[in-house]
Amino acid sequence: MRSPILATGARLLLPLFLGFALYILLRGHNAPGGGFIAGLIAALGFAIVIFADGPEAARRMLRIDPRSLGGIGLVCALIAGGGAALSGGAPFQGIWLDLPVLPLSTVLLFDIGVFLAVIGGVLALIFALEDSGKAGG
Amino acid sequence: MAQDKSGFSLSRAAGYLAAAVAFALFAALFALAGAVLTTGAVLFDLAWVPSLGIGLSFMLDPLALIFAALITGIGGLIFLYATGYMGDHPQFGRFVLFLFLFMLSMLGLVLARDLITLFVFWELTSLTSYLLIGFSHDDPKARRNALQAMLVTAGGGLALLAGFILIGFAAGSYDLAVILQGGGLQTSPLYGAILTLVLLGAFTKSAQIPFHFWLPNAMAAPTPVSAYLHSATMVKAGVYLLARLHPALSGTGAWEITLTLAGGATALFASVMAIRQRDLKQALAWTTLMALGVLVLFLAQGTGVALTAALTFLIVHALYKAALFMVVGAVDHGTGSRDVTALRGLRRAMPLTAVSALLAAVSMAGLPPFLGWIGKELLYAGVTPWLVLPLLAANALIFAVAGVVALRPFWGAPPGPLPREPHEAGWQMLAGPVVLGVAGLVFGLMPGLLQPLLDAAVMGFGAAPAAELHLWAGVNLPLALSFATFGLGGLLFLAAPRLLARGTDLSFADRCWDRLLAGLASFATCLTRVIQSGRLSRYLTLSFLTAGLVTLVTLAAKRPLLAVDFTAPLPLWVIAGFMLGGAALALTPHSRIANIAGIGTVGIGVALIFLIFGAPDVAVTQLMVECLSAVLFGIALLRLPGITERRSPRRRALHWGIAGIVGLSVTLILLAITAHPPDRQLATYFEENSFSLAHGLNIVNVILVDFRAFDTFGELTVVLLAGIGAWALLKRRIGRARG
Repeated sequence: MRSPILATGARLLLPLFLGFALYILLRGHNAPGGGFIAGLIAALGFAIVIFADGPEAARRMLRIDPRSLGGIGLVCALIAGGGAALSGGAPFQGIWLDLPVLPLSTVLLFDIGVFLAVIGGVLALIFALEDSGKAGG
Repeated sequence: MAQDKSGFSLSRAAGYLAAAVAFALFAALFALAGAVLTTGAVLFDLAWVPSLGIGLSFMLDPLALIFAALITGIGGLIFLYATGYMGDHPQFGRFVLFLFLFMLSMLGLVLARDLITLFVFWELTSLTSYLLIGFSHDDPKARRNALQAMLVTAGGGLALLAGFILIGFAAGSYDLAVILQGGGLQTSPLYGAILTLVLLGAFTKSAQIPFHFWLPNAMAAPTPVSAYLHSATMVKAGVYLLARLHPALSGTGAWEITLTLAGGATALFASVMAIRQRDLKQALAWTTLMALGVLVLFLAQGTGVALTAALTFLIVHALYKAALFMVVGAVDHGTGSRDVTALRGLRRAMPLTAVSALLAAVSMAGLPPFLGWIGKELLYAGVTPWLVLPLLAANALIFAVAGVVALRPFWGAPPGPLPREPHEAGWQMLAGPVVLGVAGLVFGLMPGLLQPLLDAAVMGFGAAPAAELHLWAGVNLPLALSFATFGLGGLLFLAAPRLLARGTDLSFADRCWDRLLAGLASFATCLTRVIQSGRLSRYLTLSFLTAGLVTLVTLAAKRPLLAVDFTAPLPLWVIAGFMLGGAALALTPHSRIANIAGIGTVGIGVALIFLIFGAPDVAVTQLMVECLSAVLFGIALLRLPGITERRSPRRRALHWGIAGIVGLSVTLILLAITAHPPDRQLATYFEENSFSLAHGLNIVNVILVDFRAFDTFGELTVVLLAGIGAWALLKRRIGRARG
């Protein structure tokens, strides 16, 4: 029961979801948002594609195995936490590069890690359910 | 065998390297010996869990020095020996690794200054000895015996941990230096429990009756392992522990009686068993038990003579036992047999082995001028009067066993047909027995070499000063007893062939052990059948019933304040109405999509409540999670066939009852929680410091990524693992469906 309208709509919606997720991710430090919520929003975007166009289409758009994506996220978070420990602070202590315009910090890297890990974990689960449903009937 | 495989191989190189490292450690200990004897102890500290007062700290005092020197010195010789004995074994590299890890664990154990550190190394020795005993893992007997050794010693280790924690309570510290100088724990109200637990640990490790059975079984290990475990290491760990804690625990009636009985019974029983063995290795294993019994027996007392006797005998035993095991291994290697009745006249084919066997056996028999003689004299000088006769009997039996093990195979007529043509072992296998045998002679002729070390070690017990080691102590009672020993031992040696055991069946204790394990396994099977039925509805019933009942019982016992307050603004009432409707919808038995929608409604209601009370982050997260849950439920549930009621009315009533209990308990908990004003302490801290410390205005996010980032990291791992875990579980289903 594949609806071309829904499929096309989902493909158009996905960039919106991802853009909004990035926005939520970046504003998270000072306003409602953050990596966790952003990750859920992005995963939802892909979930819509899965429903409308099937998991294969979603996989093609993701381009990377969700488990690897989650792993990359975990590594990002670990680098953020370990970097602080290596530079003399406590593990996972936030370190800020005091730039005038761009507020860059290990905290941002950590939040990006959270974002990717959540997308990876949730999508791995959804894809697995989809695959088993197809195979098991 | 060793000499014709001269080709270089990496694993052999590992064997030589391990030997070199062990000798280097021995040399390092030798270099530190001066400092140890002048200052009392060399310390090393590293904070580990400072909040609990646990440190990764080490201490080299005279007692530790004796053990550490034996561990590294004999260890080096064992590595050399093993390289000759089994260097061409396909898994020799693995063997060297296990043995090396074992040596380091043992070294850590005797050097540990912190009780928890000591415990960790104690368990590491159990673990690594398991790997070593079960090294021939294609042999079911080796596997069984390895498991037995590990379960017995690690089980004792658990008791020991409990004992150590109690010591920590009683002494206020895990630091041995503090505990030993704190004037002892004998008057502590916890003394009885501490003593019981510590002795359980020490007796299992040192194979005292009734835990003795694992040690002869551990002979399933390759001979180098037996030589090492039984001479200087594993089984001596229990003795070390008793010696280490002697100042803190000894001197009471309970200590003296328990150690005397266990040690005496073990020594006597084991020496009788030793002379009845056909297998040379088994005979040696039982004499090890005898030696352990004697050591425990002498640690029961606190006099300087008894303690000197114990420590001297410890060194004597380590030297001759390692040498004899290596000799037996060489005989086995060179002839293919270890049967007492088959071996004789090997001195022609294996002259050097025969000489080193003689050196070690003379020390074992306690003849002058060897260190064994001095050790035996001290034993007789230090023994409690009423134990003289049992000790005499045990010594005489060991005298006879020394003859059986070290004389019979080498002297007499040429041997009959043997599995292999007898040949001399390579230099690697001869180095150990020769060096250790000569050491027994040198220390016997010059006991003054050991005297300062023994003096310092005995002083460490806080006892009277050590007795002096003399080759000739004058005409006295010990001398007379020694001659009685030789006479009786000589007779037993002649009678030995008639004393051999008929079968090699398991001992009584061993059969009990098997029955215990079988009982445990069938109990586990029963329990599994009841609890782990494999049916989801059963699991859910049990989990929810337990959770609900435990909560209700706790609430009934604690009787907390309950806040029942129905005042709320109108919007909340409206939301609550929607949520009630959603809950009802989730229960309708007709449509799965209606169920999913119902659950979603409840979730969105909760999100709205969060929003009203000013927690937008939590609300948004809740909303997202609800959406994803709907997606997941949709994928999973909508594939199931339509709902048909198959439960009996009684079962339905049961499920309604469980649901009611869980619902009631959750409601009561919520009412109890809201009855107390929330603790604002943390909230205030975060409000004040969120921006100043973490440059963030959104407190929730700052907590997640900064204040509590480590927790978040853990949660991320869980999220990802849950996804991957589900993928792995479902993958099997996919594979099965496709295949």
